[in-house]
Amino acid sequence: MAAIIKNGEIVDDRWLRLTTEQIEADGLPADGPILVPLPVWLAQREALLARGEVAVWLAPGEEPEALVEDLDRLPLIAIDFPVFRDGRGYSYARELRTRFGYHGELRAIGDVLRDQLFYLSRVGFNAFAVREDRNLEDALKGLKDFSVTYQGDTQDPRPIYRR
Amino acid sequence: MYLYQDYDRQLLAERVAQFRDQTERYLAGQLSDEEFLPLRLQNGLYIQRYAPMLRVAVPYGMLGSRQLRALGHIARTWDKGYAHVSTRQNVQFNWPALEDVPDILAFLATVDMHAIQTSGNCIRNVTTDEFAGVAGDELEDPRPWCEIIRQWATFNPEFAYLPRKFKIAVNAVPDQDLALVGVHDIGVQIVHRDGETGFQVLAGGGLGRTPMVGEVIGEFVAWPDLLAYLEAILRVYNKYGNRDNKYKARIKILVKALGVDAFRALTEKEFAHLQGGPMTLTAEEVSRMRGYFSRPPYAADATDQPAALTAALDADAALRRWYRTNVSAHGQPGYAAVTLTLKKTGRAPGDITDTELDAVADLADRYSFGEARTTHQQNMVLADVRQDQLPALWQELEALGFATPNFRLLTDIVACPGGDFCSLANAKSIPVAEALQRRFEDLDYLHDLGPLDLNISGCMNACGHHHIGHIGILGVDKKGREYYQITLGGRGDSHCVIGEKLGPSFEADEVVDVIARLVDLYVEQRHPGEGFIDTYERVGIEPFKERAYGSHH
Ligand code: HEM
Ligand code: SF4
Repeated sequence: MAAIIKNGEIVDDRWLRLTTEQIEADGLPADGPILVPLPVWLAQREALLARGEVAVWLAPGEEPEALVEDLDRLPLIAIDFPVFRDGRGYSYARELRTRFGYHGELRAIGDVLRDQLFYLSRVGFNAFAVREDRNLEDALKGLKDFSVTYQGDTQDPRPIYRR
Repeated sequence: MYLYQDYDRQLLAERVAQFRDQTERYLAGQLSDEEFLPLRLQNGLYIQRYAPMLRVAVPYGMLGSRQLRALGHIARTWDKGYAHVSTRQNVQFNWPALEDVPDILAFLATVDMHAIQTSGNCIRNVTTDEFAGVAGDELEDPRPWCEIIRQWATFNPEFAYLPRKFKIAVNAVPDQDLALVGVHDIGVQIVHRDGETGFQVLAGGGLGRTPMVGEVIGEFVAWPDLLAYLEAILRVYNKYGNRDNKYKARIKILVKALGVDAFRALTEKEFAHLQGGPMTLTAEEVSRMRGYFSRPPYAADATDQPAALTAALDADAALRRWYRTNVSAHGQPGYAAVTLTLKKTGRAPGDITDTELDAVADLADRYSFGEARTTHQQNMVLADVRQDQLPALWQELEALGFATPNFRLLTDIVACPGGDFCSLANAKSIPVAEALQRRFEDLDYLHDLGPLDLNISGCMNACGHHHIGHIGILGVDKKGREYYQITLGGRGDSHCVIGEKLGPSFEADEVVDVIARLVDLYVEQRHPGEGFIDTYERVGIEPFKERAYGSHH
């Protein structure tokens, strides 16, 4: 079973991430928690919910507003970074936490690397599926790059002048 | 000047440690070139033609004398004995070794300096008017607002991986714009309404390959909302900016593509969620920041036009000439702001050596409360000089070569490093600048010509701001050979205008003669008291075209 970083610890990951192509080719697995793309979720919401544990991942360009009605039903939302340089997911995460009030697991997936982890955690990600060729112990260090921040973030929205 | 607190220093120390570790991992092969690239760029480190280039942040151009000395020390110890003042008020080193950069950053941190976000696709150094806080005609000192923006932008987690670089400038003078707010991604113009401070916010300006003047997005943003409003714009840009094509990724393209009204509507929508939230500025915070920029202890007995100055001016024509160009008015009676032109013929515009940095530090200590500034015209400023000390200062500047009396005249050329250093260049800039300086060496003639902005870029990235020069020179590549295209009529003032292309480009050895012909035409056509740009705007480009190309036909 793959491991991820969640709430500052290395834990096993139960979720199976599926792409639209995989689902079209092989259908859905019989059981087990699955992480499906937004278009699949929007097309098959009721069937997926009836099936059991399901979560949704967003690609760049797919804004979290599309999930506003479903937030209570989703234990996990993942945001994909196909390349770490595409920073749209940072804004999506922040909106999910601060505007839409999402409290479940928010997971960064894709090209997730140690040197982005600190920023990712500050915009609201609490879970990180670090790229497979990277060491998770090493990546954990990235969460502690700084102890000082000028701006507020999703854990403490107060900027330094209000703390 | 903003004084670092313990937390600012802590932040820098942690940054140095982080970058040291990143550099070590890169050198050990644990980070690929592609992964290291944005990390090093966000620390101002380019890999250039001969060596890396390190860009050190000079927030809104302010430097203390110990910081100047530290820059001199870096030039001496880790570089080839000089540094370069950039058109964004930063200081660049052209020859550091990659392995040394962590040590350089650690050393910079000892004087509260860094290279954070001086490059890369993030929010860059905030810039402003180099006479901020001393110009008599500004509404208020813009620097506290710059510092507030700087802190918000530094390691802002949401905006570290933007589609493209992002530059913010602040200006507080109503009819003058030394900060160039019109050609920044965001321009913040301080305005007063009913006695309250607010901001007119422009977005979508910039130079580079698609030069544009910004559009007004926020007509009046109340001061407590400044950061929320900036954040709203940045979020819209982060979400909708083009990421497929680097050349279409700047906010100016987004504003253009959506149309300014649609862009404004998106901004307003984001802003509605942020307004009144925790990032709202407090009066305490603003007054704390203002406290750092309080006026220095000016001498109460200093008076305008003191006898010591007027007598010296009467006695010395060279001093008079310098006084006319390089000395600017000051809001405080008895004081003046002095521009040190780094534009001596034979020296690349903006270059300054290690010993000269030390010397400027000494002068700052003795004449200007220990502070100096960098300018976007690649000069330096001592902003708080007593008028009765101007003759003595002038003599020292003369000896150092900083008193070239050409501030804002034709030979005060703004030029990027071009093909001599930059791997993106199509053509050289520095030799062109030098040839022009030699041609226009006659000071009487130069002064007679009056203000004339001449800017040179080695390629269309426009680092030398050629689009906003009254005369702009752009290096272009034609079948592997260096050519130069000339633009006319650009303005980097409150009537911001992008220059117009004169016509086909010229070979390197033609450029100086062509410029001389354009200048001759101006001299023939000008009305009394009319500057180059005014004559150009009155007569239009056609006569200049005829004069430039006439001999070829
Ligand atoms: C030698 C290393 C340098 C490199 C590789 C470099 C690269 C670039 C690039 C790629 C752009 C275009 C960005 C865009 O608008 O799409 C740019 C713009 C710019 N650069 Fe540089 N540059 C260098 C040095 C400098 C220097 C020495 C200065 C100052 C003298 C400078 C100041 C600027 C400015 C002001 C712009 C503004 C363009 C705008 O307003 O849109 N750069 N640079
Ligand atoms: S304008 Fe072009 S040549 Fe000049 S510094 Fe910028 S990128 Fe290099």
